[in-house]
Amino acid sequence: MTGSTSLLARSWKQKQTKIGTAIILVVLFIAIAGPWLAPYSATEFVGPPFTGSTSAAPLGTDVLGHDVLSRTLRGGLFVVWSSIAAAIVAMLIGVTLGLLAGYRGGFTDGLTMRGFDIVLAFPQLILVLIFVSLIGPKAWLIVLLTGIALSPGVARVTRGLTQEVAQRDFVRAAELMGMSRRRILWSEILPNLSSALLVEFTTRMIWAIGVIASLAFLGLGPTSDVGNWGLMINENRVGLPIQPLGVIAPVVVMAGFAVGTGLIAEGISRSMARIEGARTS
Amino acid sequence: MTVRDLRVELRSGEDVVDQIGFDVAPGEILGVVGESGSGKTTVGTALLGHTRSGAEITSGSVEIEGTDILRLDPRQLSGMRGRVVTYVPQDPASALNPALRIGSQLREVMRVHDAYSGERDARIEQILADVRLPSDRDFLRRYPHELSGGQQQRVAIAMAFMLQPTAIVLDEPTTGLDVTTQAHVLETVRRLCAEHQVAAIYITHDLAVVSALAQRVMVMYAGRIVEIGDREQVLFEPRHPYTQQLLRAIPSVKERTRLDLIPGAAPSPGHRPSGCSYRTRCPLAAEGCAEITPGLEGIGPAHAAACLRLEETKAGTYKAPTLPDLTEVESPAPLVSLESVEFAYGDNQVLDSVSLDVHQAECVAVVGESGSGKTTLSRILAGLLAPAAGQVRFDGEALPSTARSRSPELLKSIQYVFQNPYGSLNPRKSVGEILSLPVAQFGIGSRGQTRDIVAAALDEVGLSEDMIDNYPQELSGGERQRVAIARALVGQPKLLICDEVTSALDVSAQAGIVSLLRKLVDESGLAIIFVTHDLALVRSIADRCAVLEKGTMVETGASSLVIDHPSHRYTRELIADTPVVNR
Repeated sequence: MTGSTSLLARSWKQKQTKIGTAIILVVLFIAIAGPWLAPYSATEFVGPPFTGSTSAAPLGTDVLGHDVLSRTLRGGLFVVWSSIAAAIVAMLIGVTLGLLAGYRGGFTDGLTMRGFDIVLAFPQLILVLIFVSLIGPKAWLIVLLTGIALSPGVARVTRGLTQEVAQRDFVRAAELMGMSRRRILWSEILPNLSSALLVEFTTRMIWAIGVIASLAFLGLGPTSDVGNWGLMINENRVGLPIQPLGVIAPVVVMAGFAVGTGLIAEGISRSMARIEGARTS
Repeated sequence: MTVRDLRVELRSGEDVVDQIGFDVAPGEILGVVGESGSGKTTVGTALLGHTRSGAEITSGSVEIEGTDILRLDPRQLSGMRGRVVTYVPQDPASALNPALRIGSQLREVMRVHDAYSGERDARIEQILADVRLPSDRDFLRRYPHELSGGQQQRVAIAMAFMLQPTAIVLDEPTTGLDVTTQAHVLETVRRLCAEHQVAAIYITHDLAVVSALAQRVMVMYAGRIVEIGDREQVLFEPRHPYTQQLLRAIPSVKERTRLDLIPGAAPSPGHRPSGCSYRTRCPLAAEGCAEITPGLEGIGPAHAAACLRLEETKAGTYKAPTLPDLTEVESPAPLVSLESVEFAYGDNQVLDSVSLDVHQAECVAVVGESGSGKTTLSRILAGLLAPAAGQVRFDGEALPSTARSRSPELLKSIQYVFQNPYGSLNPRKSVGEILSLPVAQFGIGSRGQTRDIVAAALDEVGLSEDMIDNYPQELSGGERQRVAIARALVGQPKLLICDEVTSALDVSAQAGIVSLLRKLVDESGLAIIFVTHDLALVRSIADRCAVLEKGTMVETGASSLVIDHPSHRYTRELIADTPVVNR
């Protein structure tokens, strides 16, 4: 009846969590199994550009006459894995520094938080854009930079939570035992943040989807013939009045990815409020 | 106020409280007593037609001035609340809006109910005078956090009496306060109820408080009334075994008694045993008790108890056996000695030249109100605060001031038990994990022995080994505090610092902790510094006591001598303010 396991079990009872998980599973299925299911390759010509729905191409063709359905099925993997990876990077950096800043306070706190203020001063997309345009649109670079750009938010949340937990008496008790700071952070404080950080992770993933899709839209995704959802929107937007499906298909899956994640976050935080509310009364 | 057949159910259909019925006459105070989990707060809020979410009032009536408030629609109900029937919560700090000035909050009460228009300032002045608070502009412009706990509670009481209610529900309003403030609040409540002829329900776990305040007493257990009657009847001729055991658990400032814990905890809704809910903890339980659910049975005029064995309880005693007073221990060298220790927060001198010795196998109580510096003193010894001046010696050597600069051996020798067991145990760790921490940290025993050491520690504090996989939230307050004490004992310390360790607990759990600590002093030769504001506890547990007033030690000596023959004015005041059960 405690810890994150029971939190997940409780969240599962929330309607939002179930709907969110269902949507995410569909999107993941499209992204992962899509390449095998696609009727055509990503570069095959199946008809004149911007043809509407036909029996051969149910979602019509794109700006170059490729099959929209096949490109949607094949172009998801990058957006999905890179946004998850970027959220993980953001959590690793943000949680580590947030814990340190929140527990140690003083100089460490000031230095870390001012450092993050500088990162925050640049809009996330611009920050990533600067380096990607300098070094080149490499997938690892995009993931790393997006992670770094999102980490200040994570760090702020973690720092606040840490400060609150650190003033509780069980942390005093650990200090009086002479426990090292690292162990106090790792085994006394961090487990008490896990549920809140779970919500934080899902929220940061939505941000990451936004940043990475925008980069792809701007043509700064990793270059490949397969293309990706963000790029598809860019390519097909000129045809929007005649063949809207070329834009709508990638938008729907990406929106599903973001909304599904958001619903799960909402479900977890609702049941968290309930558990924590019950604890105080 | 007339309450009949009140029942509050959880959504699952289990009752939280059931068959609650009583009358309170104008000007009368009914004390509602029970442990945590007895349903007393549920009854209290139900009298205002309110339940916590997930619960629901399913039957019964609450008549105030002839109106059944449970039959009112939400709009009529809010019109009654705060005007005809009012509520004073346990924690005034959370009941007052931190963003509003005191004056605005008081005025708000009248504005909401459209009362006293045109003469609101006069009413505020009047009601603040009633609760003995100033009503000058400066005071009214303050925010709640600028007031002391006692002042906040008096503001809450002023708000409750503002519109001259017919009935008022007070839910443990003095629990967080020290004895002196508590005595003032109790006096205020008693006077206002009598002057304004208000029917009051006073909810508490402390029978001593009830003794000082109520005309009638209702004892609750597991959601039922187990005994109800006039103050004299319930306190001096108690007939329910639970009431008798509760009374035995109260420490007295007059004499040292054996404090007995009531084993186990009150069962929660859905987990109550068949028949009489109390039978699992009752010393008189016999065969019939599991089958028949006892109803309230009249014993005398206005006195009733729900027990099948009322014949036998007549002979039962509610007076705890008296124990000889503790005397000062003779010991050559002190284990701990403080010499002219000083501490200040800015200009605020918290400790002023305090000197104190503690010997092996001795319990020394440090007594005082909040703000007396008693917690600061214990935190300095523990190494959580560094003294500004003075010297602390432990075992003959100077004690490094902060925990980080102390050797592992010293950290092991001086252990600290925190006031609130709800905050001192990591909610994400099981009891076993919590107790293994010091084992690993101090390198006690060899690798395979951890579980045995943990089991031995649990046994030492009177807990079962089965508890090893439980999490703190699954334990009662008393059990949690025992786990915290077990954690402190794992390293076999020489000195145990206990900072108000019973103030968050029920009287019966408190009795258990006090006997446990005393046993440790007598049998293991542990030295204990017991910080408290309750002189009755001091008599039960401490060989010597030191009384602190605003950072200065005003009196020290053998506990019984200090309490029976106090030489300082402040000690006399403390003794007078300590509530006792007496005629």
